Amino acid sequence: MKPAPFVHHAPRSVEEAVDVLAQVGHDGKVLAGGQSLIPILNMRLASPGHLVDINRVAGLDRVEVRDGDVRVGALVRHAELEHHEGAYAALPLLRQALVNVAHPAIRNRGTTVGSIAHADAAGEMPAILALTEGVVEAAGPRGTREISPADFFLGALETCLAEDELAVAVRFPRFSPGTATAFAESARRHGDYAMAGVAAAVTVVDGVITDARTSFVSVTDVPSVLDLTEVLGGSEPADADWAAAAEVVRGHVEPEADIHATADYRRMLAGELARRVLAQAAQNAATTKGSSH
Amino acid sequence: MTTQMFGAPIRRKEDPRLLTGGGRYLDDLGQHALAAAFVRSPHAHARITDIDVTDAVDVGGIVAIYTWEDLPGKVAEPLPLLIPHPTLTHGRTGYALARDEVNHVGEPVVMVVATDRYLAEDACQRIRVDYELLPVVVGIENARDGAHLVHEDAPGNVAAHMVQETGDVEAALATAPHTLTLDLAIERSACMPMEGKGVYARWNDEDGELRIYSSTQTSTGVRAAVAAKLELPLAKVECIAPDVGGGFGVKIMHPWPEEVLVPWAARLLKREVKWAEDRREHFISSAHERGQLQKVTVGFDDEGRVLGLDVKFWHDNGAYTPYGIIVPIITSTQLLGPYKPGAYRCEFWSLYTNTVLVTPYRGAGRPQGVFAMERTMDAIADYLDLDRAEVRSRNFILPEEMPYDHGLLFQDGRPLKYDSGDFPASLDKLKKLVGWDDFEAYRAEAEAEGRKVGLGIGCYVEGTGVGPYEGGHITIETSGRVNVATGLTTQGQGHQTAFAQIVAQELGVPIEDVHVTTGDTRKMPYAVGTFASRAAVMSGNAIALATRNVKAKALRIAADALEVSEDDLEIVDGVVQVKGAPTTSMPLGTVAVLSNPLRYAFDDAAKAATQFAGTFDPDKPPVADDEEPGLEGRDFYSPTQATFANGMHAAIVETDPVTAEIRILRYCVIHDCGTMINPMIVEGQVHGGVAQGVGGALYERMAYDESGQLLNASFMDFLMPYASEVPHIEADHLETPSPLNPLGIKGAGEAGCIPVSAVIASAIEDAEGFPITSMPISPVELWELRQRHETGELPSLRHHHGQHQTAAAPSRDQEPTA
Repeated sequence: MKPAPFVHHAPRSVEEAVDVLAQVGHDGKVLAGGQSLIPILNMRLASPGHLVDINRVAGLDRVEVRDGDVRVGALVRHAELEHHEGAYAALPLLRQALVNVAHPAIRNRGTTVGSIAHADAAGEMPAILALTEGVVEAAGPRGTREISPADFFLGALETCLAEDELAVAVRFPRFSPGTATAFAESARRHGDYAMAGVAAAVTVVDGVITDARTSFVSVTDVPSVLDLTEVLGGSEPADADWAAAAEVVRGHVEPEADIHATADYRRMLAGELARRVLAQAAQNAATTKGSSH
Repeated sequence: MTTQMFGAPIRRKEDPRLLTGGGRYLDDLGQHALAAAFVRSPHAHARITDIDVTDAVDVGGIVAIYTWEDLPGKVAEPLPLLIPHPTLTHGRTGYALARDEVNHVGEPVVMVVATDRYLAEDACQRIRVDYELLPVVVGIENARDGAHLVHEDAPGNVAAHMVQETGDVEAALATAPHTLTLDLAIERSACMPMEGKGVYARWNDEDGELRIYSSTQTSTGVRAAVAAKLELPLAKVECIAPDVGGGFGVKIMHPWPEEVLVPWAARLLKREVKWAEDRREHFISSAHERGQLQKVTVGFDDEGRVLGLDVKFWHDNGAYTPYGIIVPIITSTQLLGPYKPGAYRCEFWSLYTNTVLVTPYRGAGRPQGVFAMERTMDAIADYLDLDRAEVRSRNFILPEEMPYDHGLLFQDGRPLKYDSGDFPASLDKLKKLVGWDDFEAYRAEAEAEGRKVGLGIGCYVEGTGVGPYEGGHITIETSGRVNVATGLTTQGQGHQTAFAQIVAQELGVPIEDVHVTTGDTRKMPYAVGTFASRAAVMSGNAIALATRNVKAKALRIAADALEVSEDDLEIVDGVVQVKGAPTTSMPLGTVAVLSNPLRYAFDDAAKAATQFAGTFDPDKPPVADDEEPGLEGRDFYSPTQATFANGMHAAIVETDPVTAEIRILRYCVIHDCGTMINPMIVEGQVHGGVAQGVGGALYERMAYDESGQLLNASFMDFLMPYASEVPHIEADHLETPSPLNPLGIKGAGEAGCIPVSAVIASAIEDAEGFPITSMPISPVELWELRQRHETGELPSLRHHHGQHQTAAAPSRDQEPTA
């Protein structure tokens, strides 16, 4: 379990990193927290010739809580974002999801942007980016561009980033007033990749649900948002038809079987977790009027 | 008296060093040694048609590449079959490097030696091996039907077929008022020590001597095996177990292919060579255990007393049988637990499959046996609508029936004869601890909240401390330092502390002065190893006997010097003194000086022992005719049979009515390992064992596909429980001393893991109301069982006490449980 030979690059700026990425092309891989990449290298499941280690690039390690969103730099570790009180106040969903990302040791090293750029549908943070309708900021030789989740995630472990592009930050927009969120997942062991996970955002205005959305972990190919407003909108949280919402969720997800769970079980689980998080979010939205959680 | 040491829960002496990074494990040694890596078979069953290493020789830093054809003499012969048995009629072992056929994924085919492990692995990647694929046998059913064979000359894939019987089972079953038959299954798991295997060899060419460091449970075993393979005199080979990061059984097997090849290459290359196993290698080329299918037929009376028990089981022994059939023999004998089975017959078949070989893993066949017996007890209770604990107690062997001879042969070839135990007292303690009699009230409360809970129970007896022997060697230095050596090894059990407690107590010295060495053939060449919960019983007693010898000698010498009778002397805090007159005294260190008459005064202490010091009688020789110089004691302990520990566990589990997720709410243990040397260490052993048991019950399995690929060969997909999955363990002890050994102790190492699958199955069954017959069980499996139960395919228990007579389907109107 030792990696094949590679050249280690340690650029000091985004420009330098992008230059190196352009030079090495498809033989290059960005190293940030390394929590997915290093095991893959050690098991020789991939052997890129060049690692572009961005850990020495200045300015990528900031969490910025702004009026409209929380902006997270490419070197912000999961743990930092998880414990960031400003980010929690602005967008509780971040912490609600982050505590489910593996274990503290992995969160101390792994980065939120890296997790999103890895585009694993079993990752929590891609689902959060999708539910918040966030933005990926990518820098390349042709300048910087902003990418929506729908455009960013192309497939399992596949994004629209070009070989010479670097994801430098993501932005998670805040929800509108009256919205509360909840997150739940079920894993074989605490911290494992979830068999299924669901994030929910429900908006309640004047005691009535006006918006309800979910996104999913491990049960869709790419992170996607399911709008359940048609099913739940207009109801009061106390008598909303959660079962109907769960039914729509079961129809929406496309789980696959693996050695830990069958597709049917995951589908059931997605529906049940959706029922639980939707109800919880709605209840929170109803009881914490005007607040964003 | 010196402070009471034996029986005290003192903190482990080794922990500060181990917990602050001071441990020295195999891969911490030999930083400049050459590194070995192996090309391993990617196929489960194939003939090797060609090996092409051409592309690998160009890799920088490559020192040597070996295939089977390069191996000389005995190194090229099959590895030894360590434990032959008359019923093991078709025992087979592999080669150090595969000769012409591979029988499981992971079998070593080519060895590469390079200046570091990275380069060695680079070279491995460039070696091309051509295979002609053969039909693959995976799973006990496929092995049993024998359509394809693992070894062409082992018909039916049967390595061994064994029957043991006591009484007339057929007659007992024919006349029993009731009979039941259970079909049961237990999946594979594995030891998974934190540190994998490893071997580091230093060949001293000038002296023709080999030193081996091995991460092993038996340094004497490795030494003897390697000396035999390399055709070296035993006197020219030494083996040292450094700190070992866990064993759990897999490291009692020896020699592993690498343990032969690395020393062989070191001698050939005249260089130090090291191999440290990585996790993937551990999964696919070490050993697994547990996999069995079982069929139990039991006959019993109206009171639930077992009259006859007929057990057949099929044991998956993997591709080879180097460790014989120890595991199924243990299953077949320890299955009986604390019960009188009436007439008993056990018949098993040990079967080959194209999977990693099977050798003992903590519990060693007992978890399977206990599962069979305890599922049977629950089935009887359900059939007769009796309390499950009551059925057990009606079948118990009673204290007044001890020693109790089952009339069977145990794994050591000696009678299965329980020495002591008080099973009714243990059950009583357990029922109180878990609140057995209050459970139905708790269940009703939980049901009112929409929760499903269940209570489970499991009892076991564990033969521990099997022979043949262990030794102890004590030397006392002139400083008062007490050196203790025993030959078996240590891999986390706290031997530095427990053995020191024995010596401190027996000798009367401060524990700080006692220094224990284990697993070093230079210090104690006669030893067996650390397995079968035997270290405390075997080495503990040997060390106690050796200590008594050295104490007697110290008192003889001191009595002579102090001119008093030996009988009037005692040793307190390292000082020999006259009882009741402690001013007439002499430190043990001074006794050590006197014990070793010297010619040279190399330090102040030695001065007193030199020829002109005037401290001796000129009419006597410096060393008396019947004495040896030095304050030393040595002895061995070799028992006639194993000593039998026991325990009883109970658990309360909750199962999610919708998602079928399983949570252990409480886990209670009553444990009886005789007199305890250190209750804190015993409890730690129990906790670790329960944690592994929880893994076996709810998480761990070896996911082989039909082509023999292990799909979960990493810690990402092989689910050992984290701390978050292991429940808080409530433990209490009973101490029924063993009459068989001087210290009255029984083994405790394996205890914790033995009944856990049985207990959890019992609890889930109790929560769900339908039989649980296969372990481990995952949420998805429980969910599917509920569906089968709902359709009527799976019958309900006859007398379930919960409300869930029909399986709960995902309920749509349930309140959210946020």
